[in-house]
Amino acid sequence: MIKMVHRSSIPLHWRLYEPKYKLVGNKCLKCGESFFPPRNICPNCGRKGALKKIVFSGRGTIYSYTVIRTPLDGFEQQTPYVIGVIKLKEGPKIVGQIVDTEIRDITIGKEVKSVFRKIYDDSPSGLIHYGLKWVVIE
Amino acid sequence: MKKVAVIGVGETRFGEHWYKSFRDLAVEAGIKSMEDANLERKDIGALFVGNMSAGKFIGQEHVASLVADHLGFSGIPCIRTESACASGSLAFRQALLSLQSGAYDAVMVEGVEKMTDIIGSQASLALMGAGDQEWEASVGLTFPGLYALIARRHMHEYGTTPEQLAMFSVNNHKNAVKNPDAQFRFEISVEDVLNSPLIADPLHLLDCSPITDGAASVLLATEDFIKKKKIKNPIWVLGSGQSSDTVALQDRKSLTAMFVTIDAAKKAYKQSGLKPKDIKIAEVHDCFSINGLMAIEDLGFCKKGEGGKFIEDGNISLGSTVSINTSGGLKAKGHPVGATGISQIIEIVKQLRGECEKRQVDAKYGLTHNIGGSGASCLVHIFGKEK
Repeated sequence: MIKMVHRSSIPLHWRLYEPKYKLVGNKCLKCGESFFPPRNICPNCGRKGALKKIVFSGRGTIYSYTVIRTPLDGFEQQTPYVIGVIKLKEGPKIVGQIVDTEIRDITIGKEVKSVFRKIYDDSPSGLIHYGLKWVVIE
Repeated sequence: MKKVAVIGVGETRFGEHWYKSFRDLAVEAGIKSMEDANLERKDIGALFVGNMSAGKFIGQEHVASLVADHLGFSGIPCIRTESACASGSLAFRQALLSLQSGAYDAVMVEGVEKMTDIIGSQASLALMGAGDQEWEASVGLTFPGLYALIARRHMHEYGTTPEQLAMFSVNNHKNAVKNPDAQFRFEISVEDVLNSPLIADPLHLLDCSPITDGAASVLLATEDFIKKKKIKNPIWVLGSGQSSDTVALQDRKSLTAMFVTIDAAKKAYKQSGLKPKDIKIAEVHDCFSINGLMAIEDLGFCKKGEGGKFIEDGNISLGSTVSINTSGGLKAKGHPVGATGISQIIEIVKQLRGECEKRQVDAKYGLTHNIGGSGASCLVHIFGKEK
């Protein structure tokens, strides 16, 4: 039985607390590019870059999307679900579920905002995983 | 740089091998390649094994030694390479570099994957290991989902249609009918693709490559070795290019142009002194129809955004402008991930040797294109009948 590592380890989730729950990324003061998730080194400037923590606004637009009809293990009850590539207002892109919106109302270019939601649970007695999803702003 | 050629090829049939294990498949392909080149164990300096995820598919790591052991090669230096679905081509390139360095005169390169010993959903999880576990798999994204996101954006930017994507799969199946080693030897229509279940919109089941068992093996040797052994019909490696990009799709500058393909192809074309118009046959990485379509754009066979029309106008079918995936490709020949890159090379070698019978195409040069993940790694190789 295969298990994805990110499902079983509590420290693994706590390490990602800021980006996963609060949309914290970083920005290189030298080249000006913002990154999400935060990077350890600026891919443009290398060690000469200067990365500074920033909090993203949680606003963006739909860059692309798909409806997942054959789910990943653990997501069966949510199927079908929509996953979008969201282009954040500050520049970087992020993938996440688009929820609370009719599939037919989802199109490229629509504005979205982040919401805090349950992502899935391991089992009735296991970890409950939270994180950010996205809703369309009408 | 030393000239290196493929001197022997061998592979198993691709498909569901209920009666054959990982090691059975690897040994079958290895022996076939040894017989094809008429070499003996003492001729082989090293063994390279391309394998993506034996650890997840069969619970077995340490597979280079395992394959060497069961081939009766113990004592030989052996190396496993992993670059997701490009693991096979990566093994090939490492073997090539080892020969060019002067370390060996002849080596064996195998690609192996045994995928059907676990159920489909578990295989999907294993394959998702090629994506970003922290940011993609964690939100429920699947591999078809990643390529669906690419396909949707390509449609948005260039007006590519589901019909045009379907035509890529149709072409693959048509060619696979003529390949006795292919997994799916039957034709399909555009309607069949569009009527098959949606897996991740806009991709249907028949836009997706299957779960496959299989192994493929090639023998590579230096010019001196080939002369000394008087080996006939060597197929020369004229160019080898490799590139890398972000593992997470969200971090790519563009979703609709694959940087790794463009960059690896540029390096391979430069080394070979050839241009896209010189290539008449190519095996491209169509894990999903959209990836095949983008490959023909990014390899330079047509302009960016015109892949759909290029396919629709009949430019990729057998014996046309550029014969794409004469083997049946990943979609119809099958996609045992670690073996795929080597299998692509075998098809080009057989084509250039003139051994492809009903699917034979007249060509001087051939190209292989092997992608890892959603575009985080890529290898392009160019082959020719002459040095």
